[in-house]
Amino acid sequence: MAVNSSIKGDLRLTNITKSYGDFTAVNDLSLTIPEGSFFALLGPSGCGKTTTLRMVAGLEEPTQGTISLGNTDITYTKPYQRPINTVFQNYALFPHLTIFENIAFGLRRRGIKDVKEQVEKALDLVELSHLANRKPTQLSGGQQQRIALARAIVNRPALLLLDEPLGALDLKLRRQMQIELKWIQKEVGLTFVHVTHDQEEAMTMADTIAVMNEGEIEQLGSPADLYDNPKTAFVANFLGQSNLIKGTISGNDGDNHIVDLFGQKISLAKNRSHAVDNSIFAGIRPEKFRISRLATPTSGNILTGGKIEDVSYIGVSTQYQVLMPWGQELMVFEQNDDGVAPFSVGEDVNISWEAGFTFALRGDEDAEAGMEVEPEEILSDDE
Amino acid sequence: MRSLSRWFQRNLIRIYAVVAFTYLLIPIAYTVAFSFNDGGKSNLIWKGFTLENWMNPCGAPEVCTALSNSIKIGFLATLFATILGTMIAFAIGRHKFRGRSTTNLMIFLPMATPEIVLGASLLSLFLTLKVNPGFWPTVLAHVMFCISFVVVTVKARIASLDPRLEQAAMDLYANEFETFRRVTLPLVAPGIAGAALLAFSLSFDDFIITNFNSGTMTTFPKFVYVSAARGIPPQANVIGSAMFIIALVIVILGQIVGRKRAVK
Repeated sequence: MAVNSSIKGDLRLTNITKSYGDFTAVNDLSLTIPEGSFFALLGPSGCGKTTTLRMVAGLEEPTQGTISLGNTDITYTKPYQRPINTVFQNYALFPHLTIFENIAFGLRRRGIKDVKEQVEKALDLVELSHLANRKPTQLSGGQQQRIALARAIVNRPALLLLDEPLGALDLKLRRQMQIELKWIQKEVGLTFVHVTHDQEEAMTMADTIAVMNEGEIEQLGSPADLYDNPKTAFVANFLGQSNLIKGTISGNDGDNHIVDLFGQKISLAKNRSHAVDNSIFAGIRPEKFRISRLATPTSGNILTGGKIEDVSYIGVSTQYQVLMPWGQELMVFEQNDDGVAPFSVGEDVNISWEAGFTFALRGDEDAEAGMEVEPEEILSDDE
Repeated sequence: MRSLSRWFQRNLIRIYAVVAFTYLLIPIAYTVAFSFNDGGKSNLIWKGFTLENWMNPCGAPEVCTALSNSIKIGFLATLFATILGTMIAFAIGRHKFRGRSTTNLMIFLPMATPEIVLGASLLSLFLTLKVNPGFWPTVLAHVMFCISFVVVTVKARIASLDPRLEQAAMDLYANEFETFRRVTLPLVAPGIAGAALLAFSLSFDDFIITNFNSGTMTTFPKFVYVSAARGIPPQANVIGSAMFIIALVIVILGQIVGRKRAVK
């Protein structure tokens, strides 16, 4: 059976589990990816995101569950029968074929005789027409990356899978390719599913992000949703940085909870609380904090009794570590935009923020979940 | 005196290289030189230059029969050993099955066994089966010892092949057969070609196992060995030199093609 190009629509994973012996890589995962969207699976090394991608591509079979595209069940079909193409990590360009033949590979396998026009169009899209007759090894990493993309896009698949596509590029090139990929996705209007461990990359490109951890989806939403209102400590820490302060809900005030943080009262919107009982972690992003000297009047939520422990001036902002009376150090990022001289180490300060920025997590969570991602893990291949 | 020792120090590595290459190449130079010897039936003492031997390489009795037997056996042994060995290499290199590590070990056994033992026991096997030594038993014996070398060579090439390339081919609508034909085989081909050349040279060169199993049939190594008793005819040197030159030309052509590809 050849590829059925007429299959298209939303990608639906239903109760997908993938086990290798005793190890469960993906655990009862259900997910719908709407047609035409740019979707990111984000998570640390070993979270099951690449396994999920490989099951969608057909390179692995799920232990349980179904995968469907539109109304067609594709769970057990072969990779070459699926209208799905992949941009592999490290590109996997065929070293014995020219760039032209690499891009034409998929078209030729589907029995298309006149490939020239389509291949040239794809090369134009990635702006590398002049390299058509080279071999892959004669190209730079960034060029190989674009060819891998062209080789997949030329087939106009219902679904394009990107497996850490920018992982091997340097930072500057990566930024440029992020913007380009986003543009190309809009241009060709295909559904992109992007797997990455890089939260910035996911946030830059994707319309919707699913944050994965230990084979399960922790939270799914737009980049802004996930960042401003994380549901779990893992999401709060993996996506950016968070200050999580242990506290207790001590009362109510209309739409807000009154929360006691080590004897100081703050307010928290009820609809931003993911706690299940009175024990919570109050979460505030470091850039939402304002530092003021003791005498300066402040509004919103206030925590008093802080002492500057450390100051790092990094140009666009100054990052402070503020030691609170209960012994916790809070991170504060201040924009260098108001002409106020930076605070110095040892100064006594108060911390304030708009009450609406507070979010709350369950009090029984591990406040450090998602933080301990080792740098060498990020560099190595996933799973 | 001082400058002499300094010169010596500076050129020590070159002197060493010259000595080493001389040592390595003297037998070949000797073979080539004596292929031009006007030595008649015995080619042990230099008697004068002639092109006669090169004009008439089949001049000595039996030499070309022996050569053609060796080429036929080498060709057949290479063909079968390469096909079977490549298939075994793919099985071991790409698939997990019961007895894989045992197979891997067994493949090494013929390489580790002394040839003289292999040859003798094969002969007794053939005699037990009432098969007369000759052309086909020799081919069978050659296929057997060549397979191990083919498997080892091709397996190394398969191990260095990135499995993602095959996955990428499948992802790009190539079914299993097309993936093998368009991606796997072209990428493993240099390994298979190398294995085939190795198999041919092993078979062509083999004396010990052949001597046991070929009966009255002569092969080129057997011919040289037997005629050594009465003096090797210069035609043996002509054929040896020709083989050497052909091999040299193949290597040089390979280098040139490889270099051109790299530049392009």
